[in-house]
Amino acid sequence: MSTTTLPAAPAAPAVPPKVETPFRRFVSEFAESKIALGGLIVFTLIALIAIFAPWISPQNPYDLAQLDIMDGRMEPGTVGGDGFTFWLGTDDQGRDMLSGIMYGLRISLTVGAGSALIACLVGASLGLLAAYAGGKTDSAIMRLVDLQLSFPAILAALMILAFLGKSVTNVVIALVIVEWAYYARTVRGTALVERRREYIEAAQCLALPTRRILFRHLLPNCLPPLIVVGTMQVARAIALEATLSFLGLGVPITEPSLGLLIANGYEYMLSGKYWISFYPGIALLITIVSINLVGDQLRDVLNPRLKK
Amino acid sequence: MTAASISASPISAAPTLEVRNLQTHFFTRAGVVKAVDGVSFTVPRGKVLGLVGESGSGKTVTGFSIIGLVDPPGRIVGGEILYQGKNLASLSEEEMRHLRGNRIAMIFQDPMMTLNPVLRIDTQMIETVRAHTKVSHEEARQRARDTLGMVGIPSPDERLKSYPHQFSGGMRQRVAIAIALLHRPELIVADEPTTALDVTIQGQILAEVQKLAATTGTSLIWITHDLSVVAGLADEIAVMYAGRVVEHGLVEQVLDRPLHPYTAGLIGSVPSRNKRGEPLRQIPGMTPSLLSLPAGCAFRSRCPRAGEECGIEPPIREILPGRDARCHRPILEAAEVASA
Amino acid sequence: MSVYLLRRLIQALGVVLVMSLIVFIGVFAIGDPVEILISPDADQIERERAIVALGLDKPLWLQYLSFLGNALRGDLGRSFVFNEPALQLILNRMPATLELAFGAMFLALLVGLPLGLYAGLKPNSPVSKGIMAGSILGFSLPTFWVGLMLIMVFAVQLGWLPSTGRGETREILGMRWSFLTRDGLAHMAMPALNLALFKISLVIRLTRAGVRETMLMDYVKFARAKGLSPARVTFVHVFKNILIPVVTVVGLELGSTIAFSVVTESVFAWPGMGKLIIDSINVLDRPVIVAYLMIIVLMFITINLVVDLTYSVLDPRVRLEGK
Ligand SMILES: Nc1ncnc2c1ncn2[C@@H]1O[C@H](COP(=O)(O)OP(=O)(O)OP(=O)(O)O)[C@@H](O)[C@H]1O
Ligand code: SF4
Ligand SMILES: [Mg+2]
Repeated sequence: MSTTTLPAAPAAPAVPPKVETPFRRFVSEFAESKIALGGLIVFTLIALIAIFAPWISPQNPYDLAQLDIMDGRMEPGTVGGDGFTFWLGTDDQGRDMLSGIMYGLRISLTVGAGSALIACLVGASLGLLAAYAGGKTDSAIMRLVDLQLSFPAILAALMILAFLGKSVTNVVIALVIVEWAYYARTVRGTALVERRREYIEAAQCLALPTRRILFRHLLPNCLPPLIVVGTMQVARAIALEATLSFLGLGVPITEPSLGLLIANGYEYMLSGKYWISFYPGIALLITIVSINLVGDQLRDVLNPRLKK
Repeated sequence: MTAASISASPISAAPTLEVRNLQTHFFTRAGVVKAVDGVSFTVPRGKVLGLVGESGSGKTVTGFSIIGLVDPPGRIVGGEILYQGKNLASLSEEEMRHLRGNRIAMIFQDPMMTLNPVLRIDTQMIETVRAHTKVSHEEARQRARDTLGMVGIPSPDERLKSYPHQFSGGMRQRVAIAIALLHRPELIVADEPTTALDVTIQGQILAEVQKLAATTGTSLIWITHDLSVVAGLADEIAVMYAGRVVEHGLVEQVLDRPLHPYTAGLIGSVPSRNKRGEPLRQIPGMTPSLLSLPAGCAFRSRCPRAGEECGIEPPIREILPGRDARCHRPILEAAEVASA
Repeated sequence: MSVYLLRRLIQALGVVLVMSLIVFIGVFAIGDPVEILISPDADQIERERAIVALGLDKPLWLQYLSFLGNALRGDLGRSFVFNEPALQLILNRMPATLELAFGAMFLALLVGLPLGLYAGLKPNSPVSKGIMAGSILGFSLPTFWVGLMLIMVFAVQLGWLPSTGRGETREILGMRWSFLTRDGLAHMAMPALNLALFKISLVIRLTRAGVRETMLMDYVKFARAKGLSPARVTFVHVFKNILIPVVTVVGLELGSTIAFSVVTESVFAWPGMGKLIIDSINVLDRPVIVAYLMIIVLMFITINLVVDLTYSVLDPRVRLEGK
């Protein structure tokens, strides 16, 4: 997947100027879908906002000194007591919704991406182990995968949080537990195919240690499907975290994610103060849709190559 | 279908179907595939026309054009398909539907795929009967049972209640044939109906179809790439190459004395015609891509007789009485056949 | 057939055992069983008495066996909050959840099948592209937020539909149902649509993919060659074939629909099992949690079993192989 695997030949004037590396081809195939490209751009923007929220947000919504309860529940566009314009309105604490959303994105993305990453590590390792060890280990791991997948994620996560209590860490743990199985299944499937290929046999003949075979030879080949599953799972994790937080079982009130922001606006919804829930929801929606668009295209681009 | 009309000279009697310069093209992303590009033949009443040609020569597309089932990106772009004085190519879909499966039926190549796996045989037969005649369910079932019996399916009453997967391939093809026969059509287009079956079953079905066609007065277009089937079954033959009919005439005449070099090549490659010990003769080269046919005669690159004038596309013309061929330099000497 | 059924039943039993073990470990090993099973308001002496009474001083495997034994007798503990048998409590709420879930699945098929069929038959029309874009949105939209938006539009702004509760109910078979009254139906409309959203997208995609695949089959072309009307080809020959996979998946989704009703019930204050479990988790009414979990597991297994059997009835090929 990187340009280093196929060093670009020195460009002679006679040959076409662009050398087809797998990476280049991947990029140009991905860019074929304008919608996916748009998704990628939007997602990059969102990620940047999340990363730089403390520097670019108009207000620090968790610095109580900056909040004025008199500014509570103001409509979008109102100018507050100190001449500050609340473009997306304020919540009941007088917090600027725009700033709240920027900080919320930060937490949602951290939890979503973090849990997806850990789940990927755990799942991929177990999947590789299953594929490589085979026999009892394999069937034990796959039984667990089947069991996990047959149980709806939301319920499993609810139960885990019910037993563990709520905190950001516990949310991540719950998300990892409900998501690792997808990675394990994907990696095992690919690894089983790759395992039969010659180079693994060659590596085994060279008596390389198992660990080395696993991580240097098998894993790189499992990467494309992992990337696809991973992208989709990040979106899922973000949505699931938001749902858990909405139900009051996710992140604590001190670290509000988008889901919690939406939940906070719930009670004001009925009195027509829609913006407290509406805008965080839009932010959540845009995030999830953009990730899904990228994931859809990744799947289309990476899949045919897997079949070859 | 009186005996008189069957025995009348096939060429002079009013034909059941006449195809004139049919053109069916597929407008694909890669370009226009001229799958059928100048097909003409007649199907005499009560007779069998063998439509032969290599794989990809456009036989199936011709068949689908006749029953009006060319799906996008394909379209009939030219020519006429004359049936009872009407041009089928210009009928509305609704008018065509009333002919389909009723006056003109089709049998497909792969019997394993032609019957719907989730519907019982009776459902699939009765719906065909009732699509074209207002009869009661019971009458339709009666007709279905009789027809199953006709094509040699034992205990049809029981078999009607079965699902397709409970039948063997040969039995399924018999069911498909029975479905084609339900309305005593005037024309059946049979697209290699026996190719997927083993030889004994193939022989049985051929014999039965021949008998049925004779007794019901049905005309047949029998698509195949097996010349021996054509020799035994057909009255007339049309040879297709790269979307065109290159030769058309009475079976005995064409097989005995082919005019077109391609026909000669086909005959030469039939195993039984080769002497024992001799290597099997084949036509050298490959079918040209329909996307980019070279100018001139499409067979030129493979033709042993090709000459200067073959750079211009030859028209189909009557070379001997009742014998059409699409060739500038037809084989006219009997001795030439062997050397072709 | 009966051998097949028996084998499936034994398998199902195995899964129940495994799940009960997991729940048991969840409650007794990870969490503190004293905290979980004894009301936090109890004083020290009560606690000790309860520990002995509950057998928490016995070895774990013995505890598991007695947990199993009690569960078999339908005793899954008493709710601290309602002071009622947990099982009873959940069963009382079940009709509300079931009618919501079935309503949602009915809506999913009602909306998803025609849209998917259209998108499959005319894949290139702008309408089909719109349908498919909508289905991506349906997959991406967070259920709870859509619920809020529904309330905002239809209850707050337009005032057409009530926002919370079950409305008027009517009793049948000793259970109360909303779908039998007009008022109840009005209350059900938004929650059911909300819960159905994801499934609608799923049904659209499955149906479209199925239609496109089936349309290419020889038997569809043969059906057309028989001169059948387009309606008959579409609705009998194509539709019957895709119905099998779609019904299977939707059937399998009943479990997840019931699971996701947790969210919808919370948004619309629909008094079903889902709302109960969220409330119970929030007040740590753990016997209810355990009971809910066991019931859900049983439900899942039953659903899987029923779907398998339905499948074998619908698809003659499967049916005969099972014999
Ligand atoms: N849907 C389609 N799109 C594009 N090209 C098509 C389509 N259907 C058929 N063709 C082209 O039309 C040509 C003729 O196909 P056809 O199926 O009629 O051949 P055939 O003579 O029946 O061959 P076979 O003996 O293999 O059945 C082929 O080259 C094929 O590629
Ligand atoms: S026209 Fe020429 S090339 Fe074509 S078949 Fe006749 S002799 Fe051969
Ligand atoms: Mg064909």
